[in-house]
Amino acid sequence: MTTSVEDKVLAILAEQAGLDVADVTLDSTLDSLGVDSLGVVEAIFAIEETFDISVPFNANAPQEGGFDLTSVGSIAAAVQGLIDSQAA
Amino acid sequence: MKRVVITGAGTVNALAQDVAGTLAAFQEGRCGITALDIPDIDRLSIKIGGQVHGWDPEAHFNRQQIVLFDKFTQFTLVAARQAIAQSGLNFDGRLGNEAGVVLGTAGGGVNTWDENYRAVYADGKNRVHPFVVPKLMNNAAASHVSMEFNLRGPSFTVATACASSNHAMGQAFHMIRSGMSRAMVTGGSESMLCFGGIKAWEGLRVMSRDACRPFSLTRNGMVQGEGAAVFVFEELEHARKRKAEILAEVVGFAMTSDAADIVMPSRQGAARAIAGALKDARLNVSDVGYINAHGTGTAANDKTECAAVADVFGPQADHVMISSTKAMHGHLIGGTGAVELLACIMALRDGIIAPTIGYQEPDPECALDVVPNVAREARVEAAISNAFAFGGLNAVLALRRM
Repeated sequence: MTTSVEDKVLAILAEQAGLDVADVTLDSTLDSLGVDSLGVVEAIFAIEETFDISVPFNANAPQEGGFDLTSVGSIAAAVQGLIDSQAA
Repeated sequence: MKRVVITGAGTVNALAQDVAGTLAAFQEGRCGITALDIPDIDRLSIKIGGQVHGWDPEAHFNRQQIVLFDKFTQFTLVAARQAIAQSGLNFDGRLGNEAGVVLGTAGGGVNTWDENYRAVYADGKNRVHPFVVPKLMNNAAASHVSMEFNLRGPSFTVATACASSNHAMGQAFHMIRSGMSRAMVTGGSESMLCFGGIKAWEGLRVMSRDACRPFSLTRNGMVQGEGAAVFVFEELEHARKRKAEILAEVVGFAMTSDAADIVMPSRQGAARAIAGALKDARLNVSDVGYINAHGTGTAANDKTECAAVADVFGPQADHVMISSTKAMHGHLIGGTGAVELLACIMALRDGIIAPTIGYQEPDPECALDVVPNVAREARVEAAISNAFAFGGLNAVLALRRM
């Protein structure tokens, strides 16, 4: 189901960036998509609602929670990790 | 233009339920942030706050009043009683025709909204208490102060999020300076420490789970508080004639708008407000010995605020003390500027600078003298108090020693 997670994360970030899904790749960074700090918080909320997970993210220390926001691909991988660990 | 002085002060906050206790806590660098004691805390991820523990409404109000007063109104009234008692003013005569109440609050009766939404949505009730509206409205506190003390002049409530109290006190200052009134009751209050009030803030992902550490490299967000502070602002000659004790002079005020972002602060907007307050007060940067920072403990605020101070103060920035008392009482949102004005009064009057507690490690982006962890003695001629709100609305007050 990894592809499905990636597809959904791509769709969430495309929606947040106001872009067509086709224009967003797993290599896209949040900066390149023009997603600002408020956009990140909103995207994380959408991810939590979509996957029914809780994302450890504090806007004051974005690296601290271990949720890798480097690229769309890293976010999808982190989401998959949370789904696996929080389902357990 | 008339000169404006402060002749009374009162407060209820997490540190103490009066001014003396609050100033003692500031001097000790005591932390009032504790585990929250509120319903449904298990469903919150943020479990700490600057809560007023041991609050006993029956000690201050009768049954009819308690039914009508949200907690933000209760805090306000108790603080106002202290302030007006200290001032020694009586408003039953002609003074009461011009004296009014200008208060700040961001949320008003948040607990009342919360309790009654719970009743109708969660508990399935189809009926709420008849006083819900007059209890929750943002101007309830100002109106009840006006009624209790017979203040019949201009009264209203200002809601500019975290700058509400500073905007309110700025209005009171302008009214006296312009000659519109000889005395005003002003300040602000907030009581948002309930399930809905904290859940809303949780969503923004800017809250700390362990402590408020302004300017420290290790800071990880803000912590909410609750309470009120109320002051009596009075025209100088009026105060002198009746030989009132003067706590400090209010000498300047400025407001700016960032016109930029709904949550991110602006260095320019903050700097223009600070510079504006100094200009209005006819103060040079070298006159200012203490800055009570907005200092929320968020990454965004603290860096921006320090940069703004550096812009305005230039080389003098290395010689001014700047501290955030939010690490002790939490962020009182709309009431915060009022409680923090007490730290400015303490600096000017008692020569004691409240520390920034919880400080662990210097942040190169906040390289100012933030008075880490321990209070300091210093003679201060002038002080300013910063408030920078969500929505980019900034308000800075300037005070001088009398």
